[in-house]
Amino acid sequence: IRLKEKLSKSSNPFGRVLFNILAKDQLAESDWEDVEDTLLLADVGSEASEKLVDELRNDARITGTADPQEVRQSLRSKLVDLVDSQSDRALNAEKPDAKKPSVIIMVGVNGTGKTTTTGKLARLFVSEGKSVMLAAADTFRAAAADQLETWGQKVGVPVVRSASEGGDPASVAFEASKQAKEQNVDVLIIDTAGRLQNKANLMDELGKIRRVTEKNLPVDEVLLVLDAVTGQNGMAQAKVFAEAIGITGVVLSKLDGSAKGGIVISVQQELGVPVKLVGLGEGPDDLASFDADGFVDGILA
Amino acid sequence: MAAFSSLTDKLSNAFKHLKSKGKLTEADIDGTIREIRRALLDADVALDVVRSFTSRVRERALGEEVSQALNPAQQVVKIVNEELTEILGAGVDRPLNFAKNPPTIIMLAGLQGAGKTTLAGKLGYWLKDAGHTPLLVAADLQRPNAVTQLQVVGERANVPVYAPEKGVQSDGGEAVAAPGQLGGDPVKVARDSIQYAKDKLYDTVIIDTAGRLGVDEELMKQARDIRDAVNPNEILFVIDAMIGQDAVQTAEAFNKGVDFTGVVLSKLDGDARGGAALSVASVTGKPILFVSNGEGLKDFEVFHPDRMASRILDMGDILTLIEQA
Ligand SMILES: Nc1nc2c(ncn2[C@@H]2O[C@H](COP(=O)(O)OP(=O)(O)OP(=O)(O)O)[C@@H](O)[C@H]2O)c(=O)[nH]1
Ligand SMILES: Nc1nc2c(ncn2[C@@H]2O[C@H](COP(=O)(O)OP(=O)(O)OP(=O)(O)O)[C@@H](O)[C@H]2O)c(=O)[nH]1
Ligand SMILES: [Mg+2]
Ligand SMILES: [Mg+2]
Repeated sequence: IRLKEKLSKSSNPFGRVLFNILAKDQLAESDWEDVEDTLLLADVGSEASEKLVDELRNDARITGTADPQEVRQSLRSKLVDLVDSQSDRALNAEKPDAKKPSVIIMVGVNGTGKTTTTGKLARLFVSEGKSVMLAAADTFRAAAADQLETWGQKVGVPVVRSASEGGDPASVAFEASKQAKEQNVDVLIIDTAGRLQNKANLMDELGKIRRVTEKNLPVDEVLLVLDAVTGQNGMAQAKVFAEAIGITGVVLSKLDGSAKGGIVISVQQELGVPVKLVGLGEGPDDLASFDADGFVDGILA
Repeated sequence: MAAFSSLTDKLSNAFKHLKSKGKLTEADIDGTIREIRRALLDADVALDVVRSFTSRVRERALGEEVSQALNPAQQVVKIVNEELTEILGAGVDRPLNFAKNPPTIIMLAGLQGAGKTTLAGKLGYWLKDAGHTPLLVAADLQRPNAVTQLQVVGERANVPVYAPEKGVQSDGGEAVAAPGQLGGDPVKVARDSIQYAKDKLYDTVIIDTAGRLGVDEELMKQARDIRDAVNPNEILFVIDAMIGQDAVQTAEAFNKGVDFTGVVLSKLDGDARGGAALSVASVTGKPILFVSNGEGLKDFEVFHPDRMASRILDMGDILTLIEQA
């Protein structure tokens, strides 16, 4: 209910700036700047925003009209095309030919929502009648495994964790994948510690987690959790994580706040990897599949 | 990283061109200003802030100090650096506010995952090292195992933790639930902690609170209630250096919500340029007091405006470049 309230606050499909523009017959230079500003404010980034606006202006020149209504439609559909170019947003574990056990590894920088999303995903799979196992391969942050265990208990799934704090995350992943295989669970979700992408040793550790897991089971999904408030650094995050462990999907978390998450447009383009899920709150059910139209309306709101 | 062409790259051509001319025309300046604008946006400086900043720089760049300068390009960069440092440095030279009659009360606030709980440990460690007797207070009863996390952090820092409520945890606490649906009262925990500190003679109290969104009025009110229950000497707003354009809206919401007294910039050990620092300082006028730059207890330092200015604009490189020109 709280979630719906939050979302309804931003239900206006076109924001104030764009609305002012739309009240005119012809667009002036400053109006084009306003369009660009709207994109910039959503963290779309200066390069991508400029490119979009240039395209729009070019189109307007070619058709000989700068009819605001047309431009509005054109901007919206350009954005949707851009965002929606990645079509297959289903989780691999949800596909009919899904491997069993299906293995998902959660990665991202510190504090983005990996552990919370792990809990929400477990809840989702359980609600579909799947058996789930969680692995606490964050042995570093204070009480990280306890946090995951609380989620596991809430949604009623077992959690494999290291006996001691500060243990080796790769051995937790190994042990969990071994157990998941023996017990033939449907889905194993491995939660990893947050790490900044410029820390080479921590990024190497991710590769190791993947490799030891693969001694037992193939990894068919690696989800990068990006916080919607992330600015242009999100691009660097995506690139380096993709190099270190390979990314199959993005989770855009905390989209219930005022941030628009526009950086994922460039991330999708650059990596060719879709945003699969969005986080909309701290509760177990605050997870939704990514919807390109809704996302674009959010940017233009 | 190649994809993130720094201001250095962008300006180097402009400066090469300018150098051969000696004097700067208005068009030269406008071209340079455009590059600066782009660099600031790429560093996540808020659009409004970029706008007022570049217009101020433009004004000065067109003035005498540049036209009379031996090396006008160098002078422009100097102006940029000065202006940046000035915004970032507004009121920075102040130490932490200590209470005349202990305990000194420090409250932490910020978005989910910003680094509050980690900071509580760092502050505790730092204060203890300086001869204080700090107490950490677990007033986040919402995030799963936030209380456990603070207890572990306190243990590592060797600083005691006041945690009368377990909050959300599997070990005898509340089950995971949406915020606002929980039993424990963080306002009461915070209030009681002050008496506890007085009784036990702790001289500083650091209150960790739950993460909350700027748009969440209900939880913002809770933060205000915590504040009003304890009357903090400092309310520190913790903000992630990786934040983008939303920095303004979030900072304004917390400023309005709890009227924070200072800012802590976290995760500065990453490679984000940290333009948010400029946005927050400029929009709220509140000083940035500390920087958090790692997950360890000691990864914490006093804020340096000049270093931050260099970081935002990649200024170290630019200054070298211009010296070589
Ligand atoms: N509002 C909101 N908060 C969220 C969302 N997802 C996670 N959070 C909150 O963000 C904070 C961090 O979430 P975690 O799941 O612990 O993040 P993490 O990536 O596991 O963090 P580390 O393991 O420390 O790197 C917690 O307070 C969560 O409750 C979301 O979609 N919306
Ligand atoms: N690299 C780095 N990580 C940090 C820093 N500060 C905090 N972290 C990490 O960021 C994540 C979130 O930190 P927390 O202290 O739990 O953040 P919080 O604001 O208390 O989060 P909530 O209570 O969920 O709102 C953890 O993984 C921390 O280890 C920092 O300065 N640098
Ligand atoms: Mg985690
Ligand atoms: Mg916390």
